[in-house]
Amino acid sequence: MATDPALLTEGSPRGGALRSVSRFSWRRPGLKTFGQISAPVAAFVFVYVAALVALLIKGFWTTDSFTGKVVRSWNLDNFRTIADAPYPTIVLRTLGIAAAVTVTCMVLAFPYAYFLVRVASPRLRLVLLVATVLPLWVSYLVRVYSWRLILNPDGALNWVLNGLGLPDLNIAYTNWAMWLVFTYIWFPFMVLPVYAALERIPYSYVEASADLGGRGLTTLRRVILPLAIPGLAAGSIFTFSLTLGDYIAPSLVGGPGSSLIGTVVFDNLGLANNAPFAAAFATVPLAIMAVYLVLMKRLGAFESL
Amino acid sequence: METRGTRIGLWLWAALVFAFLWIPLAIMAVYAFNSSNIQSWPIPGFTTKWFSEAWHDREVRDALWLSVRAGLLATAVALVLGSLAAFGLARARFFGRDSISFLFVLPIALPGIITGLALNSFLVLWGVSFSMWTIVIGHATFCVVVVYNNVIARLRRTSGSFFEASADLGATGFQTFRYVTLPVVGTALVAGALLAFALSWDEIVVTYFTAGAQNTLPLLLFGFIRQGQNLPIVNAIALVVIVVSAIPVYIAQRLTSDPGSGRP
Repeated sequence: MATDPALLTEGSPRGGALRSVSRFSWRRPGLKTFGQISAPVAAFVFVYVAALVALLIKGFWTTDSFTGKVVRSWNLDNFRTIADAPYPTIVLRTLGIAAAVTVTCMVLAFPYAYFLVRVASPRLRLVLLVATVLPLWVSYLVRVYSWRLILNPDGALNWVLNGLGLPDLNIAYTNWAMWLVFTYIWFPFMVLPVYAALERIPYSYVEASADLGGRGLTTLRRVILPLAIPGLAAGSIFTFSLTLGDYIAPSLVGGPGSSLIGTVVFDNLGLANNAPFAAAFATVPLAIMAVYLVLMKRLGAFESL
Repeated sequence: METRGTRIGLWLWAALVFAFLWIPLAIMAVYAFNSSNIQSWPIPGFTTKWFSEAWHDREVRDALWLSVRAGLLATAVALVLGSLAAFGLARARFFGRDSISFLFVLPIALPGIITGLALNSFLVLWGVSFSMWTIVIGHATFCVVVVYNNVIARLRRTSGSFFEASADLGATGFQTFRYVTLPVVGTALVAGALLAFALSWDEIVVTYFTAGAQNTLPLLLFGFIRQGQNLPIVNAIALVVIVVSAIPVYIAQRLTSDPGSGRP
């Protein structure tokens, strides 16, 4: 490196000012850190955090039903409305679907991750890991839309079923379709933490269990599963949180009776033109996630994120 | 220790999961070449006319152009803010450090609808009218964390003695940055930028709330799909969107995980 001519010239003649700046920052690492993080922190505090505060404040305002303008008077009406029909049903439906999706993802992901860790060759493991993560980055909208094509009465699903001599299965625009689509789009989020948790289990634990007379299933239940729980919990944070906030999948593959929390927020901001209520309702998933995160932290989810 | 039966079962399971992940995308890709404008399976014949039709559609072009510009700008903002944050926090130990790093992760930890609605409330509150810049702000919030994560992971894997050695040999902070830091984090920066662009390119949940009446490519598709309009064009664009986001992600993956090039 010392032979690099640029280095030599840059250092000596006009090094005075630069050198004193760099000497200063070397001596005062605190100031250097401050200089580096002040811009991004300021941007996040003044835009992102301020926006979250604006969201909360707006929840306490109301919309004049006649003019459609937001009235800036403080009251709790929006939060009271959350308890009125049909909103509790919608919240329960969302929680139910989020739970079903989370469990399905766990059931699909555990054996798959186990295969990657214990059975697949290193090369196959790498290929499958990339193949699992890549869809996460491939347009989420397109992945939802692809199921609309498949579940269509003239689509690929019924074509396969008829080919096998089975009757049509028309689940497009139902809660079943949402369950299927959410499972599909959030599945990779479950695989990664479960894979990481399983990979960390030393093989000697499995051997010790076998030496002590534990059969395959006993080892799975008493050794592997308990050690995989933090990974499953970490994955469930994503599958749960993402389902709570989604409005695209319900509007594309859900039916008339499948409004979710996200749908209510989306419709109130757009069609119903009631932004304050949308803001108040958005605190529901926020509150649910706060509780959920505390629960998952107890299961050790944060250590395996 | 797995029995033969277990192993066969696991192989089958893995094959099923792989099929579940990729068959829908494969079907999507086939539909892009559907010669009929009725979306039924199997498609009656192949054509590539929808690609040129999409390309010549005024609305599609405008949306494409907006998506590209917003994506590039959001990536640029994310590169600056994300790498500054990573450099500042990689080695620093001070009170509140964890809160600050949590702050950067917040936009991807919270459901997108909350980020979107919050930014929407904020912009409306200040009377900011929606423009390409409001889209850029929305995208930058979650793009910053991608660059931040990539760069900080690389800095943590790099021994601090590299930078000390450079200073001991008489380099100024700027020379250390140019000749030591930059080569070390270079591929992480490129990977972070590629991932940030890929994220921005097909984001819809937050974008809907910060775009106003403008259409990015995903928003245009969303509108078409909901109204059942122009579905053949939607299929063609969907395939293009898949490919355009998969390529940068694949390159980024190679840059960060390949043991040969990833070595600092």
